[in-house]
Amino acid sequence: MEKTINITLKVWRQAGPKAKGGFETYKLDNISTDSSFLEMLDVLNEKLINERKEPVVFDHDCREGICGMCSLYINGHPHGPDSAITTCQLHMRKFKDGETITVEPWRSNAFPVIKDLMVDRRAYDKIIQAGGFVSVNTGGVPDANAIPIPKKDADEAMDAASCIGCGACAAACKNGSAMLFVAAKVSQLALLPQGKVEAARRAKAMVAKMDELGFGNCTNTGACAAECPKSVSLSNIARLNREFICAKFKD
Amino acid sequence: MAKQEEIQAKIDAKIPEGPLAEKWTNYKAHQKLVNPANKRRLDIIVVGTGLAGASAAASLAEMGFNVLSFCIQDSPRRAHSIAAQGGINAAKNYQNDGDSVYRLFYDTIKGGDYRAREANVYRLAEVSNNIIDQCVAQGVPFAREYGGLLDNRSFGGAQVSRTFYAKGQTGQQLLLGAYSALSRQIGKGKVKMYSRYEMLDIVVIEGRARGIIARNLVTGRIERFFAHAVVVGSGGYGNTFFLSTNAMASNGSAAMQMYRKGAYFANPCYAQIHPTCIPVHGDFQSKLTLMSESLRNDGRIWVPKKIEDAKAMQAGKLKGRDIPEEDRDYYLERRYPAFGNLVPRDVASRAAKERCDAGFGVNATGLAVFLDFSDAIKRLGKDVVAAKYGNLFQMYEKIVDENPYEDPMMIFPAIHYTMGGIWVDYELQTSVQGLFCIGEANFSDHGANRLGASALMQGLADGYFVLPYTIQNYLADQISVPRMSTDLPEFVEAENAVKAKIEKLMAIQGKRSVDSIHRELGLTMWEYVGMGRTKAGLETAIAKIAEIRKEFWSNVFIPGTEDDLNVELEKALRLADFIEIGDLMARDALQREESCGGHFREEYQTPEGEALRQDDKFSFASCWKYMGEGVEPVMLKEPLDYEFTERKTRNYKN
Repeated sequence: MEKTINITLKVWRQAGPKAKGGFETYKLDNISTDSSFLEMLDVLNEKLINERKEPVVFDHDCREGICGMCSLYINGHPHGPDSAITTCQLHMRKFKDGETITVEPWRSNAFPVIKDLMVDRRAYDKIIQAGGFVSVNTGGVPDANAIPIPKKDADEAMDAASCIGCGACAAACKNGSAMLFVAAKVSQLALLPQGKVEAARRAKAMVAKMDELGFGNCTNTGACAAECPKSVSLSNIARLNREFICAKFKD
Repeated sequence: MAKQEEIQAKIDAKIPEGPLAEKWTNYKAHQKLVNPANKRRLDIIVVGTGLAGASAAASLAEMGFNVLSFCIQDSPRRAHSIAAQGGINAAKNYQNDGDSVYRLFYDTIKGGDYRAREANVYRLAEVSNNIIDQCVAQGVPFAREYGGLLDNRSFGGAQVSRTFYAKGQTGQQLLLGAYSALSRQIGKGKVKMYSRYEMLDIVVIEGRARGIIARNLVTGRIERFFAHAVVVGSGGYGNTFFLSTNAMASNGSAAMQMYRKGAYFANPCYAQIHPTCIPVHGDFQSKLTLMSESLRNDGRIWVPKKIEDAKAMQAGKLKGRDIPEEDRDYYLERRYPAFGNLVPRDVASRAAKERCDAGFGVNATGLAVFLDFSDAIKRLGKDVVAAKYGNLFQMYEKIVDENPYEDPMMIFPAIHYTMGGIWVDYELQTSVQGLFCIGEANFSDHGANRLGASALMQGLADGYFVLPYTIQNYLADQISVPRMSTDLPEFVEAENAVKAKIEKLMAIQGKRSVDSIHRELGLTMWEYVGMGRTKAGLETAIAKIAEIRKEFWSNVFIPGTEDDLNVELEKALRLADFIEIGDLMARDALQREESCGGHFREEYQTPEGEALRQDDKFSFASCWKYMGEGVEPVMLKEPLDYEFTERKTRNYKN
């Protein structure tokens, strides 16, 4: 049966990248506990529009936890209090009647605020552009079954590859490090024979780009993996370190 | 009439001569090519970075062209292809179960209810195998057997296992493969990436597409871009229904911009309603979530046999697990013994609607059926089921707050994919020269209904293996065309028109939010242009859409300013086009007096309630031509000749 709750929202509002931001408080009544967090924000925005005010800007798209676009810091956690989900999969049943909910944008130097809760995450694209690929052109590749790959390796590569590039790892990290993101891609490709050829070059190039873009260093606190909506494992960082050190030794 | 015949004569699909299996090979052998030195001098705009757009942009850049790639999201990796779950078809026959290029072609033609072009579909089946090879080479972690070779599963509308998959995240993995290829070219400087940009018009100079007008969504600035050719892979228009499985920003505006510049809009009424989505549960709902069709491999679909059990469920007094086996009606297995739970999507959706209309729905709204895994869990064990579908079960549990390992899932059909789209010839060129359309945005390969795991196949076929060839046949004649200035009057005019439209919208300052009007359009579409359509209903829809159009243009309210990031303005521009698409869908559905695939006219059905085609009258693709604002569009016909297959009534019973 449908239940409703009344909540108070403290939302970060910031007119532009250089503007000074601040929290605004909004009260919302009769929010269905079956609605998702973003649907609750839709309700808030509809209310603001009806009051002829500017709605809250936030990133979102697929609303089923896979595109990686949604990016809210809710009550001090990236993607909110529930585990292993994105913001769009968070439902209001996780909140209590009368609760005050604080909503902020990703907090990371490398992800500057564009407006309100929307941030610029192009730094992650730049890291991939530096080496997060296998250098093959379209056409002229061998038959898909020409190289057998142990199921265990394929499954492990798949787990690493499930990263959605949302940025929660860097946002959660007290150092603002992107290590989990980089490690996931390096691991996926290092585990597969197709990616092994360039493994050393890839690890070095991606790490160098990460450093250049202003992401912090990794001190193995594990906040990234704890907050990752896809439960990408910390062991990927160990693999990245191994790949990186091996690559450096070969220099 | 004379005018119509005149235009009619121009519809030429440019299908190569020769036997079906040799057409593509012959085409490639004789087409014109562009040499490497000239490729460097040619610019190509690719709009959209889904499977089709990203793979095309990457492949074209690898070949040496200069590519300008545009997407509305913050990163090209976010395009909605990423949400495809189940898999991708290919005719590899790795399972030794009798698959072949011909069989994949035949299944696709039949699945599309004989409303697709034979030559295009055969080519699709041919290149399907290259796609799998390409993706594996890129490091896409497809599921594998213990022997290290690739695993397959089966999907609706096929009797072989030809679907390759990466857990329930196949679309994500394939898109990340294409995105990584694209990223490599961005890193090399061969692709210039414009993210958070939205195309607002196509610029046509002397009958050829020569650029686009786009809005920088962060600054609100309107900008002009030149290219020797424009490729659009902007996805489908399912969000016309407001509630769909599409992403929130998925839209049909790029298609409408092409249409208004002279590209035909083909078969707009062919929309796919996917049978396995999480049912609607409240007015606040913003989108519908798909549960992969792959679940029908092991899940069994049923409703109670007894109406009193269904009533008790609707009142919340009984649960699915309370109903004994003998009182369950596995209606797909009952009606379609040969294909059972794996009938194509249109058939499964209509069967669910039929049961719910008869009062057998299983949730509070009466608009849901069960998808039950208890047999599979008994047969395979919970661990095996979890390994196959775990992430889908988790997704379901987070949304519905019920555990699908214990209680059967509840599902209901929802709008998912649009087979209709911009008309293209065999070369994927629209009726405007130099303007190409790929992926879901075009109408080409799925006829009136798309089979599961074929969207990923088509998107990547177009982007990796078809367009990069066919576009050269056009560009070979453009090598002496210099880069043009964006100060040419055609660019200025197009930009001014875009600005005028935005100013007009901003000036309305009415009382209603964009979403409230969009919701109203969606309800009208679902009611009258949804799963069951009638002449009277469609006429009502056209009248209601006209009212919605009037309401929108007189009473919408957009806060903020146009020269800033303004999400409401973005949504309003898209809704203006959705309204016109809705109208076009209703008109097309009205003229098509038959039932085929995703288009079901209640007047045309067999006594058993199956779709009844009218091949003698409707064996054509309807191509709608824009005649100006406020003027009724003209419908032209591309006849569909079936040279190589015999058209039959689709039979999934035996």
